Amino acid sequence: MSELIQVKNLSKSYWRDSFEIPVLSNINLAVNEGDFLALMGPSGSGKTTLLNLIAGIDKPTQGDVIVNGTDISKLGESSLAKWRSSNVGFVFQFYNLIKVLTAYENVELPLLLTKLNKDERKKHVETALSIVGLADRMHHYPKQLSGGQEQRVAIARAIVTDPLILVADEPTGDLDRHSAEEILTLMERLNTEFKKTIIMVTHDPHAADRAKTKHHLDKGELILEQV
Amino acid sequence: MKILKLVFKNAFRHKLRTFLTIFGIAIAVIAFGLLRTVVTAWYVGVEGSQADRLVTRHAVSFIFPLPYSYLDKINNVEGVKEVTFLNWFGGIYIDKNNFFARFAADAETILEVYPEWSLTEKEKEDFKKERNACIVGIEIAKTYGFKIGDVITLEGDIYPGRWDFVVRGIYEPKYETTDATAMVFHWDFINERMKEESPERANDIGWFAIRIDNPDDAAKVSSQVDALFENSTAETKTETERAFQQGFIAASSAIIEGMNAISFIIVGIIMLVLGNTMIMAARERTREYAVFKTLGFSGSHLVGLIMGESLVISALGGGLGLALTYPIVAFFESVIPKGWFPIFQIEPITLILAISAIIIIGLASSIFPIQRALSTKIVDGFRFVG
Repeated sequence: MSELIQVKNLSKSYWRDSFEIPVLSNINLAVNEGDFLALMGPSGSGKTTLLNLIAGIDKPTQGDVIVNGTDISKLGESSLAKWRSSNVGFVFQFYNLIKVLTAYENVELPLLLTKLNKDERKKHVETALSIVGLADRMHHYPKQLSGGQEQRVAIARAIVTDPLILVADEPTGDLDRHSAEEILTLMERLNTEFKKTIIMVTHDPHAADRAKTKHHLDKGELILEQV
Repeated sequence: MKILKLVFKNAFRHKLRTFLTIFGIAIAVIAFGLLRTVVTAWYVGVEGSQADRLVTRHAVSFIFPLPYSYLDKINNVEGVKEVTFLNWFGGIYIDKNNFFARFAADAETILEVYPEWSLTEKEKEDFKKERNACIVGIEIAKTYGFKIGDVITLEGDIYPGRWDFVVRGIYEPKYETTDATAMVFHWDFINERMKEESPERANDIGWFAIRIDNPDDAAKVSSQVDALFENSTAETKTETERAFQQGFIAASSAIIEGMNAISFIIVGIIMLVLGNTMIMAARERTREYAVFKTLGFSGSHLVGLIMGESLVISALGGGLGLALTYPIVAFFESVIPKGWFPIFQIEPITLILAISAIIIIGLASSIFPIQRALSTKIVDGFRFVG
C-alpha cells in the first residue's frame, strides 16, 4: 500500500510568556492508505498535537506534513481551511455538535461549503446517517440524543464529504463501555468496508487494540511501534 | 439548512437574554425617537420660515412695541413687496391650559405676507370685512371644534377685558412645517378699544413682517429698514424670519441642545448593551467557532455568522422600537396642550437617523466578537473553557 501521510522531522513548541515548551521533537512517521492507526501515550505526550498537525488545524514549528502529495505545513490559512474541508473528517472526544442544529443539519454543515444542491446534500446526509445507524433520528437535536448517538452523528458529519482521512481524538473518551464498543465497531467498519484511512488518538489500550497499527508517544517522541 | 437559519437560531439561543436585549434596544430607540421629535418640534418654526420674509422688531427686544407709523416708511424701501404687522395678544380661552398662539394683525395684508395659510376667497373676504372676525388654524379648529360662524371668547390679560371673535376662516397649512395652530384677528379691533381704554398703548404694534422681492436682497433691505429708524426712540432690528425664529428659541437652546446630545448618548448606550450581549455570545461559542474553522469554514463565514446575529438582534429591537415610537409620539401629542408644539410628529430625518443608528449599532457591536473569533487559533478554541 502507498504512503498517504508522511511526517518528516516534525517538531512543535508552544510559547508560554517567554518560555518555550517543546511538545513534539523530530517526529518521523508514515501512514499507509487504508490504515487504521492508533496513537497512544500518557497525557501531555503530544499525541493530540501530532493529530492536529496531521489534520492541518495547527502549524508545525519545524518539519513537514505531506498528505497525498500536498505539503500542508506550507499552506496558508485559507488554503488549509479549503484543504481540510475536502480531505479530513474530524471526530472529537466531546462530539462538538452544534446544539441549535438537528442531527441532519449538523451532518449537512460541511456540505454547505460544497457546490452540491439541496437534493444532493440531502442524499449525502441521509447516506451518512444511515451508515452510522441514525437515519431515524435525523431530526433530533443533540440534547435529545445519548452520548453514543451524538458521537455517531459526529462520525456521520466527518464522513459526509467522503474525506481522504478520518482523525479521531479520544472518540470513546466520554462514552460508557457499550457505546464505546459501538463507536469502535463503526470505525472499524469505516476502515474495512469504506476503506477510510483513520488516525485515532486514545489512551485506552482496549480501543487501540481495534486499530491495525499502534504508535506510542512519550514526552514528544515516538518511542515504539506495534503492529 | 442555510447559514441565515443558523444566524437566527444563534440569535435566539439564549431567549431571555436576547429578548431583554431586544427590549433594551426598543426602549432606547423609543427614547431616541421621542427626544428627536421634541427637538425637531421645537425647531419647526425655524423650518417653516420663508426665505423671502423679514421681521422687523424693536432693537432692544421684541417685547417692546414699535409705532404703527413705521409702516409707510418700511413700505417705501426698495425691494419691499408687502408689509404687515402683528401683535402678540395672549389671553385665555376658557382655561389657561388651552394654549394656542393668538395674534392681532393687519387684516388687509396679513394673508399676502403669509400665503402659506390657505383659505378660500370667500373666507378671505369675510375675514377682511368684519371687524371682529378671526381665522384659525385647522389643528385648533379640530381640537376645540371651531366652525365657521362660531364665536370665540377670549379673556384678555395683556389686553384686559372680554373679547369676542367670530370665526370667518379656517386655514389649512400649505407646507408640512406651516403652523396650523394660530388664531389671527384684526389689529384695528383691538386698537380702537385701546384708544378708549388705554390711549398710551394705542397704535403700538409688536413687529413687522416684510415680504421682499428677492431673497438675495435680504441683508440690503434689512439694513435699509433699520437705517430709517436710527437714533429714534424705537430703533429697529430687521432680520430674516429664520434668524428671528432662532432668536426666539435661543433662550431654550441649552435645554434643546442637551436633549439633542442625550438622544445620541442613548445610541451609544444601545451599542454597549448589544455589544455586551454579542461579546458574551461569542465567548460562549469559542469552541463552536473552532469547530466551524476545523470543518473548513472561512473567516468570512464567521464574520457573516456573528455580524448577521448582531444585525438580527439590532434590527428586531430597532424595528420594535420604531413601531412603538409612532403610537407613543401620538399619545404624547394628545396629552400635551395644543399649541405648545404646532407640529409634533416623527420627521423623516428622525426615522433616517434611527435606522442608520440601528445598522451602525448592529455592525459596530459585532466588531470585537469577530476580532476575537478570527484571532483565536483552532487549537486554543478547543481548549477554551467558557
